[in-house]
Amino acid sequence: MPGQTKLEEIAQRQKKWEEELKQTKCPPGKKFITVSGEPIKELYTPLDTEEIDFNRDIGFPGEYPYTRGVRNNMYRGRQWTMRQFSGMGSARQTNQRYHFLLERGQTGLSVAFDLPTLMGWDSDQPRSLGEVGICGVTVDSLEDMEIIFNGISLDKISTSMTINAPASILLAMYIMVGEKQGVPSDKLTGTLQNDILKEYIAQKEWIFPPEPHMRLITDLMAFCTRHVPKWNTISVSGYHIREAGSTAIQELAFTLADGFAYVEAAIKTGQDVDDFAPRLSFFFNSHLDFFEEIAKYRAARRIWARHMRERYKAKKQESWLLRFHTQTAGCSLTAQQPENNIVRTAFEALAGVLGGTQSLHTNSMDETYALPSEKAVFIALRTQQLIANETGVANTIDPLAGSYFVEAQTNKMEREAEKYFAEIERRGGVLKCIEEGYFQREIAEAAYRYQKQIESKERIVVGVNDFVLENEKVEIPILRIDPEVEKEQVRSLRKLRERRDNDKVKRTLENLRKVAQGTDNTMPALIDCVRCYTTEGEICDVLRDVFGEYTEPPLI
Amino acid sequence: MQRKIRILLAKPGLDGHDRGIKVIAAAFRDAGFEVIYTGLRQTAEMIVEAAIQEDVDAIGMSILSGAHMTLFPRVLELLKEKGADHILLFGGGIIPQEDMAKLEKMGVGKLFTPGATTSETIEYVKKTLGENRKEEKIL
Repeated sequence: MPGQTKLEEIAQRQKKWEEELKQTKCPPGKKFITVSGEPIKELYTPLDTEEIDFNRDIGFPGEYPYTRGVRNNMYRGRQWTMRQFSGMGSARQTNQRYHFLLERGQTGLSVAFDLPTLMGWDSDQPRSLGEVGICGVTVDSLEDMEIIFNGISLDKISTSMTINAPASILLAMYIMVGEKQGVPSDKLTGTLQNDILKEYIAQKEWIFPPEPHMRLITDLMAFCTRHVPKWNTISVSGYHIREAGSTAIQELAFTLADGFAYVEAAIKTGQDVDDFAPRLSFFFNSHLDFFEEIAKYRAARRIWARHMRERYKAKKQESWLLRFHTQTAGCSLTAQQPENNIVRTAFEALAGVLGGTQSLHTNSMDETYALPSEKAVFIALRTQQLIANETGVANTIDPLAGSYFVEAQTNKMEREAEKYFAEIERRGGVLKCIEEGYFQREIAEAAYRYQKQIESKERIVVGVNDFVLENEKVEIPILRIDPEVEKEQVRSLRKLRERRDNDKVKRTLENLRKVAQGTDNTMPALIDCVRCYTTEGEICDVLRDVFGEYTEPPLI
Repeated sequence: MQRKIRILLAKPGLDGHDRGIKVIAAAFRDAGFEVIYTGLRQTAEMIVEAAIQEDVDAIGMSILSGAHMTLFPRVLELLKEKGADHILLFGGGIIPQEDMAKLEKMGVGKLFTPGATTSETIEYVKKTLGENRKEEKIL
């Protein structure tokens, strides 16, 4: 950084420049704020980065505090994983979509489950009516998982599963699919979302109260350390927090606070931080404010590294690394002029790449209407391939480092996140804040503020409140899930219940009940259950009975 | 003085996406409506029950999970069964235009998709209820 006399000279020149700027005209009333509502100055100079110590705060990729990236060679060594989240209808349909994607160069799978599966209900339970296979693939038992991965070797592919409340059950099924293919559990690679805290905060797909949920998670962490050592046990997620309407800073702060809560919970059960921390990963949103997002990712890596090393005394370098998946912002897409969403997604994806993401999902243009059609998914995947192969942005590592603006924003992100951590601490920690609706309120207020900015045209959204087409007719093909899927699933579930060894099912469920009531690790009991085709709903019914169910007081 | 318009905002089914409904709730409240929000995971029965008990003028349902073709008709059916079909049922979510037309034909009010403003939603409810009220007078 420049020396003192140099800085004084810059300060003088800047002052003069600002004086002159006042004489020039800017359109009155226009506010220069980020998507999150943060004010942005007209210019950033060395004065804004004065406090930065290159070696301490920026440094080199693959080195503490990892501001510039988690690997020393970043995309020159290995491209990010292009991981399109998908799954719909029946297990068979999903299996076909996976083969379609793998044949077109996708490099990892990411499973979307339907709501009954996410909430621990079988397809034939009354609450599942009309929801089976609609927003993801439906899984009742191991049989469905066997079909989903038919013809896909689990030792050749990494799989990310977006499942939270019943995550341990789905992992148990995945382990069994591997076993049947002859792939031992220590060869399995992939990620479970398994982040229940953000469910309470934002996505709202929980089953049990927070404490038993946290136990299921720490059980899974301990089990994986021994038996599935390459598995990423939690994908601590800011994505849903952002989609629920938070600002970028809130997304960053609440997500990392959740991450710290998992670390503390696992340490409390006697696990060594260096045993489990290397397999915690993260999942962030990429919204439209290009630089704000990039600063967020850079700050996230630095904050995590500092806390893991200094606060939690992790010794292994891998424990300090914040590796993350990015998905472009679903909430930034518009129903109007849906083709514009291709462009929005491309900018967002670019921010994720410049921010050093490890994997990326690009949304499809039609997602404000339905699950994406094959054509829309294809364009979304091509968007990533274009960034990787045509733009040249991945040629050098962290190309925006040293930008006065980006570095100043990165610092601001870190500073503001630390303020939130202190506030959460003051309120008694993450669980307490959830109980009291603190996060939920902060997010709802931000969402309402954002909407008001759109309605007052303080914020322009192309095609929505400006550049509007009158009598617009949307002409994009819509993917539909045949209602037959639900009927067919219910039929095959009933057949399964007749076919399987129901004495065994009963015995494994009784054993699960005992384990759940006690303190032993729940994973082995869950694996025993799924092995004999006990359904997810049956397992969750037992656990609901033991742990109770969670309901949220309606807050507005 | 005319009483305030009472509106029940509801999240049926398993869907947990509540950003939209909360924004709508705050906007209706700020526009002078009496707003009752059910919270998440309501069955059609619970929603209709609440609407009748709370004597609301309108029900706004938010569904982003794709289950709209099951849940909207079910609520409509129950309203009719209970003789409460004077209550306006409208909503929003991730709903293809084709489905919207089908639902409107069945008697569901306007459905708002991403990008809709709170002010157009409020205007719609005011206008529709205003018209209904006038009709009542003529009768």
